Amino acid sequence: MHKQIFAVVCLLAAGCGQGPGSSQPTTATDTAFEKQLQQQFLDAKPGTVIEIPPGTHPLQRVLTLRADGVTVRGAGSDKSILSFKNQISGPEGMLVYANHFTIEHLAIEDSKGDGLKINDGDGVTIRDVRVEWTRGPSLDNGAYAIYPVKCRNVLIEDSTAIGSRDAGIYVGQSQDIVVRRNRAEKNVAGIEIENSVRADVYENTATNNSGGILVFNMPDLTQHGEHARVFRNRIIANNLDNFAARGTAVASVPAGSGVIITSNPKVEVFGNEIADNRTANVIIASYYSTNFADKTPTPGYDPYPKSIYIHDNRFAGGGDAPDGLQWKTLKVSMFGINGHFPDVIWDGFVDSKAQINGQYPPEARICVNNGGAAVINIDGPNKFSHPRVLKEEMRCQLPPLAAVTLKDQT
Amino acid sequence: MHLAVRFAGSCCALLACAVLAGGCARAPREVHFFAAGKPERLSDWQLFAVRDGKLVPNTGVVAYDLNTPLFSDYAHKFRTVWMAKGKAATYDASGPFNFPVGTVLSKTFFYPLPAGAARAARGVARTYDTSRDFAAGSAGEALDLARIRLIETRLLVRRELGWEAIPYVWNAAQTDAQLARTGDAIPLELVDETASKAAPAAFTYVVPNENQCAGCHVTNVRTRQIEPLGPRARHINKEYAYAGGAENQLAHWTRLGYLTGAPGAAQAPRDAGWRDDNAPIDARARAYLDVNCSMCHSPTGPANTTALDLRSANQDLRLLGRCKPPVAAGRATGDHLFDIVPGKPGESILIYRVTSSEPGVMMPEMGRSTSHQEGVELLREWIAAMSGSCGT
Repeated sequence: MHKQIFAVVCLLAAGCGQGPGSSQPTTATDTAFEKQLQQQFLDAKPGTVIEIPPGTHPLQRVLTLRADGVTVRGAGSDKSILSFKNQISGPEGMLVYANHFTIEHLAIEDSKGDGLKINDGDGVTIRDVRVEWTRGPSLDNGAYAIYPVKCRNVLIEDSTAIGSRDAGIYVGQSQDIVVRRNRAEKNVAGIEIENSVRADVYENTATNNSGGILVFNMPDLTQHGEHARVFRNRIIANNLDNFAARGTAVASVPAGSGVIITSNPKVEVFGNEIADNRTANVIIASYYSTNFADKTPTPGYDPYPKSIYIHDNRFAGGGDAPDGLQWKTLKVSMFGINGHFPDVIWDGFVDSKAQINGQYPPEARICVNNGGAAVINIDGPNKFSHPRVLKEEMRCQLPPLAAVTLKDQT
Repeated sequence: MHLAVRFAGSCCALLACAVLAGGCARAPREVHFFAAGKPERLSDWQLFAVRDGKLVPNTGVVAYDLNTPLFSDYAHKFRTVWMAKGKAATYDASGPFNFPVGTVLSKTFFYPLPAGAARAARGVARTYDTSRDFAAGSAGEALDLARIRLIETRLLVRRELGWEAIPYVWNAAQTDAQLARTGDAIPLELVDETASKAAPAAFTYVVPNENQCAGCHVTNVRTRQIEPLGPRARHINKEYAYAGGAENQLAHWTRLGYLTGAPGAAQAPRDAGWRDDNAPIDARARAYLDVNCSMCHSPTGPANTTALDLRSANQDLRLLGRCKPPVAAGRATGDHLFDIVPGKPGESILIYRVTSSEPGVMMPEMGRSTSHQEGVELLREWIAAMSGSCGT
């Protein structure tokens, strides 16, 4: 039923997207500015600094950067605004195919597709960049606000992502990543690390998203992810209705999720403040709990989360109003109308081939060593028929993961 | 030094032209290859002459076309190849030919004018009928300017350091085209002359900027080198209507000395024509996907992030999209679970995206502002004919 309603909303939204309404006339000054700015992007060479002056600049087509060693610099993410409200060609706001570059102190608003996409770059610095869809959460918004994919040595700091229909800050199929001091709100997923190797995600604030911080590993892609540290973040009240399109990975994110780890090995979550996420503060899941009806992932892909270490976080509230009828029923039947899930939900799928006497080897375990925080194994393999609360059974320790070191940052 | 002298020489020639005016038009002028820089006007290259109401390629500028072309808002296209004297491309069975430094490829985008339409109006014909395109007696070698509207000419120029893309936009008088590095946006109206007889539809024809040229022509995201897309064996292995009679293009290029190492037409690969009713539906659809999608959707292309491989050479059905979840595709799933659901075009993300003309949803991401109705029909028919299910 929920899905049917969702589909109707989708149709209406798509219909609206075609019509007039949001467009405002583009003036001759705007056209001249765009032409001159496009020319600067075309002519950029190593060492070029492209300055974006203060003001709101309406642009009609994607800004593409193809030269290495360039800096694109505005006067501040609240001052130099590139507005793609009237975009006719793109679909991204800014698209980068380059190495060793910096984009800083500017905003990208209302692009038709992704806000800032970086494809296959080495030495990526994004600093104080705001990417926002100003109409708020909507199916008409772009998928990703800040989107490095297949990159190496990625630094995203002091930036803001608002309104993405998928993930706000999304780092995909990359390696050696630092995401710090950013703010993500009103996205489906606030910050998502997907199929990436060695990521440090710290001192960010994720609030009012459907899911706060996600570490995902999906099949079929060119690279499998491992090794992510999520620490000292504030992950508060991510209870926004999930407005993602069905079929995307994040459509399976229950609204009200703080941290979600799906199928990703070697994840350490520590020292965070995680509070008031009404499905659960932390969810640990296998690929089998995502929405893909297809249950035969490609060879070489491990659908089970392993070597997961949750420790020393400050949990408060949350788990009291889970998303979806099944989880609601489960919560009420186990904990009562006014009760709540424990801080950690685990879907209970295990890789029996990797187990010895019903246990993973020590280095592959899921460890929750977080004061009194409990875990509920919802018994996903048996459709929630025998859920149980675990405490001491999950208490163990793993060696800390190494910090990420970046090369070539500016 | 040598180049500088040649350049100076041709400056004098231009000057002489200006002085002598009319007399100069008959003087034979060779194609001018610029080894560097971006000349302001298309005419600077001397690839074409506009005369007697025709666009006529210069000597050595050879027209060609493709079995299945890229869809570009129903524009018709006039493609040419030129190489410096004594130079030849070497044949490759699957990838781009190895073209020598001193090659100029051109692609001119134009529309037939709707019957009775004034040139100044926005209306252009939406038709597959090419009978108005070419001047009488020229077969496929000269465009009839009385019956068409020229929009833009894109050059791919092979220089020492690699290929460069240089876009030109035709003026209103249709006498020359001006360099347009930052592209252009031209309001047009498609007047439907196909069987579907749709109401005239206004749209914005988008001329790509130089960086957007690379959006399709950089097929390897690591090397970031621009490559030609059309002139590959499987695309150009077909007959062309030359003024001297029809001939297979591979054979013609070989005979002219523009191509070495090509086998006979029967031995060379050949993709289907997407509108060829005699070809199997699978071959037509795969040819269409190859030309319209595989510049990005290949193992080396910019869309290799998605693991979708739409090259006609790909034999892995899952990577072709069959029952493949859109793991990193972003928002534009249309609420569907898989790229292709066998037998169910209406549940396939691929159909949803090729049907849309909304940036952010539509595929290809650029190069069109309208939806390709006949192309979508082909792909729908192709998926509808697939058997099996995705187990949902």
